[in-house]
Amino acid sequence: MPELLQFLFSGLTVGAVYALVALGFTIIYNASDVVNFAQGEFVMLGGMITVFAHAAGLPLLLAAGIAIAATAVIGVALNKLAIEPARGAPVVSLIIITIGASIFLRGVASLVFDKQIHRFPAFSGDAPFRIGGATILPQSLWVIAGGVAVFIALWLFFTRTLTGKAVLATSNNRLAAQLVGINTNWVMTLSFALSAAIGALAGVLATPITNTSYDVGIALALKGFAAAMLGGMGNPKGALVGGILLGILEALTAGYLSSQYKDAAAFIVILLVLFIMPQGLFGARQTERV
Amino acid sequence: MTIRTLMSTAAALTALAGPALADINIGASISETGPAAFLGDPEAKTLRMEVEKINAEGGIIGEPINLIMYDDGGDPNKARTFATRLVEDDEVVAVIGGTTTGTTMAMVPVYEDAEIPFISLAGAVEIIEPVKEFVFKTPHTDRMACEKIFEDMAARGFSRIGMISGSDGFGKSMQAQCKDVAEASGVEIVADEVYGPQDADMTPQLTNIKGSGAEAILNSGMGQGPAVVTRNHTQLAIDAPLYQSHGVASKQFIELAGSEAAEGVRLPAAALLVADQLAEDDPQKPVVVGYRDGYESETGEDVSTFGGHAYDALYILKAAIESAGSTEPAAIRDAIEATSGFVGTAGEVNFSGDDHLGLTLDAFEMLEIKDGNWTIVE
Repeated sequence: MPELLQFLFSGLTVGAVYALVALGFTIIYNASDVVNFAQGEFVMLGGMITVFAHAAGLPLLLAAGIAIAATAVIGVALNKLAIEPARGAPVVSLIIITIGASIFLRGVASLVFDKQIHRFPAFSGDAPFRIGGATILPQSLWVIAGGVAVFIALWLFFTRTLTGKAVLATSNNRLAAQLVGINTNWVMTLSFALSAAIGALAGVLATPITNTSYDVGIALALKGFAAAMLGGMGNPKGALVGGILLGILEALTAGYLSSQYKDAAAFIVILLVLFIMPQGLFGARQTERV
Repeated sequence: MTIRTLMSTAAALTALAGPALADINIGASISETGPAAFLGDPEAKTLRMEVEKINAEGGIIGEPINLIMYDDGGDPNKARTFATRLVEDDEVVAVIGGTTTGTTMAMVPVYEDAEIPFISLAGAVEIIEPVKEFVFKTPHTDRMACEKIFEDMAARGFSRIGMISGSDGFGKSMQAQCKDVAEASGVEIVADEVYGPQDADMTPQLTNIKGSGAEAILNSGMGQGPAVVTRNHTQLAIDAPLYQSHGVASKQFIELAGSEAAEGVRLPAAALLVADQLAEDDPQKPVVVGYRDGYESETGEDVSTFGGHAYDALYILKAAIESAGSTEPAAIRDAIEATSGFVGTAGEVNFSGDDHLGLTLDAFEMLEIKDGNWTIVE
């Protein structure tokens, strides 16, 4: 029994990281149907900027704040310099632009920072909590709390605020949104800033567990994307549940089957789910009127 | 301007920009970027720094070195292209590099065909086994690391071993080598787990190893995985002591794992890491202290054994060219193979016709991490 509990804790730890990354995908996707493949780089920037600001002598909290703000600015710049000039292009072209942006950001980070692996201390120490013979680190609870907080904030944003509804309206029909007086350019800028900030927050919270380096973005974005697809793209609840489910699936496979097949088993389950429910667990059913 | 004047201007410019004919062209293909950047980066910095130093001191046999270095990004395809370019366009007399086993093996056929001596900086034993005429390497092999670790485990009375390995090239290769030599070393592998190189939590695998009754745990891997394993090992309060491989032999590992979690972890490594703790009369002491001080003051980074491999390769080459008194690739090759008693950062190197590694198990020190620092296990 302690084994099962330990596997679940491990799954929660890893899954909460996936969920935080997956949450970052939702806003840009909701505003523009674009899957932003530079999302992993936002996570990397959050971690790396914090590491270097902290190493320069700033307190951790301030360093984290600077990292989140700086990453949000980079997100806005990405929108202004790369996405907005290609406004008329189809979604696929925009997605390809984000792939290019991710390669660019990775290259810049390797030059501005360095190519080594970094970490900063966990927020509340490394002494694990012992529950029923299993252990979980305090930092895991921070990540889980961060994921839940971002989820609640996003949920309120999309359902309770006018701005959030404007974002959804922009995604639904850009022209109609403009006609009712929504500044769609501003909505896009806002969604990139928020997505980048959430990504950076994920990087800040997860770095004491995952470590960070200039190239961690690819792997994180891939897992976060898988989690978002599993839960239903664009739905904050889906991102949260999908991430944690993916983490637990991996941990249980590694624990009970074989650690060799950890990734494979997780992806087979995702394929099965998408086969039966193509829109993901919580995704809205898409209907297209012709 | 006519085409003719354009061409002659271009030719004149090339002649001006190009090296004087007498320069010694030494090639290098290093993974300065990409997944192996943490290995390639110190290697490239070391080569640039040491070549500059050698040239400032008058070069080799009176000629300056012209270092032609390419960044293959850890991609074997690129490495092979650069190998061809080094041979055909740059007309190098010898090549250093191949940061990873993958890039090295991709380049080997090119240099074997062109008969250019090649000193690799990668770990796996297949680079020099079977012996290839023009291929040498400076780092210890993973098989030697396994033997050294098992020797220490057996000496402490552990016979049931749990293994946890990264699924990247280094981890897999060492996992296979360790399983191969386990029986001869008198240990039995009772648990064999793997993890992905980017994984953030290995507690499920370690929980299973704990349940298997292993008396000691060996983690073969490099990069960030071993740091996570070390933290999880402490988190789960596992009694069986943890051994790491030579793949994590840098200060960065202790920083990533945290000195509390890393306390008591043992690993085999070159003397470079414990330069200050070597006996005064140790022949390696002046070499490793000199290289470490030079590297740390030049780059402001902690020295790692990876850069040391590049240092060894360059100075083996320098000594060989000096003793050959010639820059003919074939003569250099013969002189490299005749290297004996060369003291480098990895240990004493004695090449021979059937040994292109030239290191023995003695070249490894067994280190234990105490209070966030390395100490030599007696």
